[in-house]
Amino acid sequence: MASLLSVRDLHVHLGESHVLQGIEFDVAEGGVTALLGRNGVGKTTTLRALIGLVDRRGSVMLDGEEIVRAPTHAIVRRGVGYVPEDREVFAGLTVRENLRLAERNGRARYELVYELFPELEQRGRQLAGTLSGGQQQMLAIARALLNDNRVLLVDEPTKGLAPALVTEVADALTRASELTTVLLVEQNLGVVQRVARDAVVLDTGRVVHIGPARELLASEEMVHRMLGVGHAGDRA
Amino acid sequence: MSTFLLLTITGVGLGALYFLIASGLSLIYGLMGVLNFAHGAFLTVGAFGMWFVESKLGGIGVLPRFLIASLAGLVVGGVFAVLVELVLIRPLYRRHIEQVLVTVGLGLAATALVVAIWGNDARPVAYPSWLGRTTTIAGAHVPNDRWLLIAAAAVVLVGLTTFLKRTRYGLIIRAGVENRAMVTALGIDVRKAFTLVFALGGVVAALAGILGNVYFTTADPNRGTSLLIFAFIVVVIGGLGSIRGTAVASVVVGLVQQYANYYASSGLGDLSVVLLLGLVLLARPRGLSGALA
Repeated sequence: MASLLSVRDLHVHLGESHVLQGIEFDVAEGGVTALLGRNGVGKTTTLRALIGLVDRRGSVMLDGEEIVRAPTHAIVRRGVGYVPEDREVFAGLTVRENLRLAERNGRARYELVYELFPELEQRGRQLAGTLSGGQQQMLAIARALLNDNRVLLVDEPTKGLAPALVTEVADALTRASELTTVLLVEQNLGVVQRVARDAVVLDTGRVVHIGPARELLASEEMVHRMLGVGHAGDRA
Repeated sequence: MSTFLLLTITGVGLGALYFLIASGLSLIYGLMGVLNFAHGAFLTVGAFGMWFVESKLGGIGVLPRFLIASLAGLVVGGVFAVLVELVLIRPLYRRHIEQVLVTVGLGLAATALVVAIWGNDARPVAYPSWLGRTTTIAGAHVPNDRWLLIAAAAVVLVGLTTFLKRTRYGLIIRAGVENRAMVTALGIDVRKAFTLVFALGGVVAALAGILGNVYFTTADPNRGTSLLIFAFIVVVIGGLGSIRGTAVASVVVGLVQQYANYYASSGLGDLSVVLLLGLVLLARPRGLSGALA
């Protein structure tokens, strides 16, 4: 399968810490690739490095085009959507304003967004800061889905959500993966098992495993050794 | 009663002058995190731009001369602010210590340059005679230039609020005040908004300089530096990044200063403003609007 995103020898230093130590992996076009690992191994930093939110060196090719030296806004405009950890919606803006801000051209996909998250249409005039955590997560995902992106970088979308909302977010991710490629950081292995085709595992700033997600999650020993948690089925 | 009314209206007028300086300062800090100690230089450059053009325009009436010179002052202030942002501030984003050093240095250098060219003496400014007269309200003889200050500040407040609420750039600036990195992560080049905010801040500070020329009847090279101190106090009391908070704080500071000067002792106005700052920070560390001070 063709590689849409190709990461080579990517390094990130945050202060004195060498967080990413030359990671290399590919994200195939279409579907969901999960970026997994224990807490603090560099998953969020990887997404932030891909989109240029932290200083980095190495190579990041998007569909054959080098983007590692491009500024964040230019990377996004090349078709990279980003759903950050902790949502980062603009609390002082309304839901509608948050979405308007995310519009990159005249072809914003409001129909898709409101079909996936009808609540956002009803709460258009509500300040985003007054939404529940789940609603804020929907808004954060909606902002990324509003544009026709080539790849979505999604960082722990189910973190802190109630089980019913986790299912809703997983449904949205499944739908998103039908439209575009998704690189997903996710601790909930049940969600990973449901939506991901491939998996990349990080450990202390290095890639330690690349392979099909089902294969990884089927092995209790690998899950325990690489991710430090129980079997995927226990976490669904 | 007429004295109290006079103090109140002139206090609001003084607050209007503070608002014109402080609003740009507040927006620049709120969006960009830049403590712009050169903001007083925008005021000085605008004021002297106005004075210079006016002094060169002979043979036409005072009103058109005043209007043309004021327009020139606004343009000079805006262009100067844009150049400062592009040349000095842009290379120093995220380097806050260097920003402070550069803006403090620029503020001092701009004043020194004006003094070197035109001398340290304040220069008299011509303006329409109506502005030098008073209007009597309930026995209080209110100088007309205060009305102009209040009207200008009201127009700027409504204009800035409408701009922030109704335009895409306003949306970008409001979002940028909350989370600049996330704005760029939505594909927006926030640097354009930075330049625009500096331009707006420069134009409004230049307007303060021009109306300050009328208020004090002269263009003074040191006025930007002295008014900047009050502008910073206003911004901190109002809450950094909040235009409405800045407007409320400006009026409060102007009134406190006028009342204290008259009812306590002449000269206590400045001290009372500093005390007010301390009280507000003790009671509301994030300023009146709740934005982080």
